[in-house]
Amino acid sequence: MAPKVKTPAATPSKNTPLSTPTPGKIASDILAEQATVVDNDPLPAATITPRVRKLAYPLPTHISPTTINNTESLLRFVILALICGAAIGSRLFAVIRFESVIHEFDPWFNFRASKVLVNEGFYEFWNWFDPTAWYPLGRTVGTTLYPGLMVTAGVIWHFLRLINMPVDIRNVCVMLAPGFAGLTAWTTYLFTTEMSTPSAGLLAAAFIGIAPGYISRSVAGSYDNEAIAIFLLMGAFYSWIKAMKTGSALWGMITAIFYGWMVAAWGGYVFITNMIPLHAFVLILMGRFNNRLYTAYSSWYVIGTISSMQVPFVEFLPIRTSEHMAALGVFGLLQLIAFVEIVRRLVPGKQFQLLLRAFVVLVFVVSFAALVVLTFSGWIAPFAGRFYSLWDTGYAKVHMPIIASVSEHQPTAWPSFFFDLEMLIFFFPAGVFWCFKELRDEQIFIIIYATLSAYFAGVMVRLMLVITPVVCVAAAIAFSKLLEAYIDPVIPESEEELEEATAHQPMSKAKAKKIAAAQQNKPEFNFTGILGGKGEKGIFGLDTRFAVVSVLSLFLFLFVYHCTWVTSSAYSSPSVVLASRNPDGSQNIIDDFREAYYWIRQNTEKDSVIMSWWDYGYQIAGMADRPTLVDNNTWNNTHIATVGKAMSSNEDIAYPILRKHDVDYILVIFGGLLGYSGDDINKFLWMVRIAQGEWPDEVQEVNYFTQRGEYAVDERATPTMKNSLMYKMSYYRFHELFGGHPAQDRVRGQTIPSTGIQLDTLDEAFTSENWIVRIYKVKKEDAIGRDLKAVTSFEGGKKLKKSATSSNNAIGGKKSRPNM
Amino acid sequence: MSVKQPPSNPTQSSAALQSSFQTLLDNYQTTIPARVKLIDSFLLFIFLSGILQFAYRVLVTSYPFYAFAGGFGSTVGQFVLLAGLRAQVAPGRDGEFKEVSQERAFADFCAASVILHLFAFNFLG
Repeated sequence: MAPKVKTPAATPSKNTPLSTPTPGKIASDILAEQATVVDNDPLPAATITPRVRKLAYPLPTHISPTTINNTESLLRFVILALICGAAIGSRLFAVIRFESVIHEFDPWFNFRASKVLVNEGFYEFWNWFDPTAWYPLGRTVGTTLYPGLMVTAGVIWHFLRLINMPVDIRNVCVMLAPGFAGLTAWTTYLFTTEMSTPSAGLLAAAFIGIAPGYISRSVAGSYDNEAIAIFLLMGAFYSWIKAMKTGSALWGMITAIFYGWMVAAWGGYVFITNMIPLHAFVLILMGRFNNRLYTAYSSWYVIGTISSMQVPFVEFLPIRTSEHMAALGVFGLLQLIAFVEIVRRLVPGKQFQLLLRAFVVLVFVVSFAALVVLTFSGWIAPFAGRFYSLWDTGYAKVHMPIIASVSEHQPTAWPSFFFDLEMLIFFFPAGVFWCFKELRDEQIFIIIYATLSAYFAGVMVRLMLVITPVVCVAAAIAFSKLLEAYIDPVIPESEEELEEATAHQPMSKAKAKKIAAAQQNKPEFNFTGILGGKGEKGIFGLDTRFAVVSVLSLFLFLFVYHCTWVTSSAYSSPSVVLASRNPDGSQNIIDDFREAYYWIRQNTEKDSVIMSWWDYGYQIAGMADRPTLVDNNTWNNTHIATVGKAMSSNEDIAYPILRKHDVDYILVIFGGLLGYSGDDINKFLWMVRIAQGEWPDEVQEVNYFTQRGEYAVDERATPTMKNSLMYKMSYYRFHELFGGHPAQDRVRGQTIPSTGIQLDTLDEAFTSENWIVRIYKVKKEDAIGRDLKAVTSFEGGKKLKKSATSSNNAIGGKKSRPNM
Repeated sequence: MSVKQPPSNPTQSSAALQSSFQTLLDNYQTTIPARVKLIDSFLLFIFLSGILQFAYRVLVTSYPFYAFAGGFGSTVGQFVLLAGLRAQVAPGRDGEFKEVSQERAFADFCAASVILHLFAFNFLG
């Protein structure tokens, strides 16, 4: 008997979990099962010839199952720890190359809010009204932000102080994202283990640890909502799967807690709000309703919704907007079905049909009427603009130009998928196919998640982040199945050997097959058609195994190489600091932004108002600590349009706007000297479009293009363009740099005319080292009441022209000569 | 009592309906154990409480809206948690709930209810 039992031992937990629905079984259980399966076979032992399975390579036979289990657990723990280390390490490029600084734009606001939280306390933070943002309107920050990220950072900061290892808030904020990336890898491991085997789980954790799609939003220094949101997403999904499998209200509650935390942290929580109901709905449609689903969904929905309503920004949205109606609808449907099931158990079949019919008609009529009334009366709001634009992709360009102008909201180009995911995107459909093969409840979740996120990732570049977890999971499942098929050492019997064996024994074909299956204990591939057949399936030769495994290992190496290269070159730029190479190869740091912001901080009055385009609002508030007119929150379109109008009009029109808003300084970004292409002249058309949206009579986009429809800044530029404030501010004194040679704008590739630009209402205050940031001071009204244009003419030595406007500008009315 | 053809005769259909109800009630009395009946009575109480709150909001006022939302939310929440508990202790549960014993179900129910009421209470203020 020993040989027969021994060989199944050579293939422990790797094989059985693929075909049984409980992957958590330990090897000893499986061995016991296998042993009993074979032993319980009711056949006379004398007639069975013990068939020794051949192995492609020898395996040690003297190790007990408990040792195998323990070693596996230890290995998994060590591997997971290393994966977390790799995840944290690959996100540290920016910190090592430059310094520990907050990146980009939005994180500066989050950082400022976190500073308020830790310095002034929770109540000050929760009720914070910021009068320096959106001057003169102010912003009630406490109710218009997602506090989850700041509160998390605050908790960590307090905890570190508690254990006497104080870390300053800036470093907590910078290093938060890599820390949570390690946690995400762990959660993804747990999630994938529920779907498939622990080996697939480890692969998924490794993939998501270094996949660039996720790294792009979670490098050290990128202190943004997505840093913790993906961890919470995977945590919520893992708990949901556990809740659904066990039917425990405790897991439902944990799902709700993760969900509530996610609502506090990121606006993309709507994805979870619709994924889980969709999953439940599909299960109902497939006829897989059971009480576990009911308990899990109901406990998640009630606790989750009530916890999400605690966030002031969300408040009553879950019961008033269309995005949340799906969850409510499925909730109601589940209650209905559960009630009907209970009644069905109490009443015999035919009578039940009658009751059911009456009941269903009644409920349907009532709820439909209620829904119609509520929607028509406007009590339930339709889809918010930014979610509607996901379905109707042309909507934003026409109706909400601010959303259309953000570069992250553009559709995804095909190369982005490969750039962000490399080989995972190829294995992704294979993994979804494997989910179709087994079609357990939890694998249906992967299928739905994959389909939905594939659509969204195609619509908006920013949503590549949402598809990355499911791609990692599905690719890991496919990859792991492939590896296991070729690593499994058992060699299947060829057809002749099988028939020979069965011919010797006087038993039915069915029993022979049963023994063969029990002894074989292989993953059932179940191919149909040409690959199907009655023979056994598996890999025969050692050479095939070696070839395939080595190629797959090469894939893995290339994946790591690609991910590290992408992270290093594309996603580790702080955006606040730029770097380039000197001719001799040494690094040249371009620190213009911080130079300019600190000039403002040290050389202007404490309450001087800075006007700039909304991109830089948060950075100005964070680094220069001055009031701004508009910032990245973009909640007031008219205010932004006002700034756009001021930037795109000539000085006569812009000056009253500037004075009305108490603007002291204007800040523009100009990349023409260096070749920095993210400057304001390139964004200028969006300023014009947004202003045109508010004042279509005064600002027209066509006036800024040449006759032939080109966007020109050289001598072909239209008068409107040449006189606009933005053009003047960008190119003021630009030709002086070139000492008589034609002034070349390196970004547009055009030559700026060398006739000097004259600014009447502004004084140049500061220009940074590489001319990237230019700051102008707004002149106050003239002390003796002259028109500012006349002042510059006077100082330029020109004779004062008496025009109607200038003579009427005197304080108090018209000048009149005394009657002679 | 055959209901195979759509009832052409109203009295016949209403009589059929009535006898179905009667069967339902009789079966309920006899087959359901006492602990489940206890849960059912609690469910009924919560249901009525929710209806009362909603009626108050519709008929009288919705003035402290947070209070209404908190109160109504906690009745709905408690109702479904209790319904989940009922499903986990009712006869025939063993087929569906393999990993959750009845005692564990009760503990889950208590924990979830505490968290639910914690959030609802926070909402009131």
